[in-house]
Amino acid sequence: MEDDVKKFLYVNRKAPYGTIYALEALEVVLIGAAFDQDVSLAFLDDGVFQLVKDQNTDGIGMKNFSPTFRALGDYEVTKLFVERESLDERGLSPDDLQEIMYEDEDDDWAEKPSIRIVSRAEMADIMAEQDVVLSF
Amino acid sequence: MSTLHTVNKSPFASGSLQSALDHAKDGDAILMIEDGVYGAAAGTRVAEALGARKGAVSLYVLEGDIAARGISTRRLIEGVKPVDYAGFVGLAAEHDRTQAWL
Amino acid sequence: MKFGIVVSEGPYTHQASDSAYNFAKAALENGHEVPRVFFYHDGVNVGTRLSVPPQDERNIQQNWTALAREHGVDLVICIAAAQRRGLLDENEATRQGKDANNIAEGFRISGLGQLIEMGIQTDRLVMFGD
Repeated sequence: MEDDVKKFLYVNRKAPYGTIYALEALEVVLIGAAFDQDVSLAFLDDGVFQLVKDQNTDGIGMKNFSPTFRALGDYEVTKLFVERESLDERGLSPDDLQEIMYEDEDDDWAEKPSIRIVSRAEMADIMAEQDVVLSF
Repeated sequence: MSTLHTVNKSPFASGSLQSALDHAKDGDAILMIEDGVYGAAAGTRVAEALGARKGAVSLYVLEGDIAARGISTRRLIEGVKPVDYAGFVGLAAEHDRTQAWL
Repeated sequence: MKFGIVVSEGPYTHQASDSAYNFAKAALENGHEVPRVFFYHDGVNVGTRLSVPPQDERNIQQNWTALAREHGVDLVICIAAAQRRGLLDENEATRQGKDANNIAEGFRISGLGQLIEMGIQTDRLVMFGD
């Protein structure tokens, strides 16, 4: 890695569709991927709702952007940290979330899950390691 | 390495202050700005949550925002330090990163 | 210190653009640098030159324009967010076939890469939003 690689964390705490923050955060992640920084995404509080599977927006006239999360692996964004306590509080389990995979080039392109369920304490540690925190 | 957490929402309207408190590490600072300054007032139902991290997490409140809202500095939770914008800048420089809890 | 600032809410409706401006001013007054301010989400609306706030209130756009003029702060408006919300410069208006543009002096429209670049090149990134 070059000297000026920084750790970027994108913090997602809001639900999708009711506001634009989830969608426009994802747009930053996609553009930002081209800069070869060390990128992680954090989903906590209502942000965990963004990753719930089976989103169908036909009835509200908005674009369903949830499939975009599955493309993140192709952009080498492979660390999606999801907070367990935030899931529990909302009656969700990891099974409610969509499957997001990436291909690990260091492990013979083995398919691995990008979503890492972490505890609140672990999430705090992850946040404390970052150089730049963008909150949406 | 430490973080300056900023909270700009009233704790009676949003869970952001609690979330910041839940994720702040010892040695971090929390600065309440804009409507977030209501969290710094003594005698509210969130005072206890703030008190629980006192000592481990430094608590600050933006002077301009409390004055705007008619909160006297005498009515702040003990241990919460008022700072002006220069102080805000100083905190942002002193800590290694700033994290906004919106 | 080099501070990068993000404004992610629009003028007047949220206090964000005021808080960001006050922070930027204090940083500059205290010997720090503010090379760039990036406007995202509804923050792009700070950059319209067509706002006419009441005379006895602060003019948020003019405050930022003056800051850019006096201190060389690069005020960048995200193109994607701007397109959604109808904030255009002359170039964009022509490109998109619109009959007007509305960007204010001192602001420029550019890509999200400018935000990431700001994160890389500054010492501290501070966000003001909702």
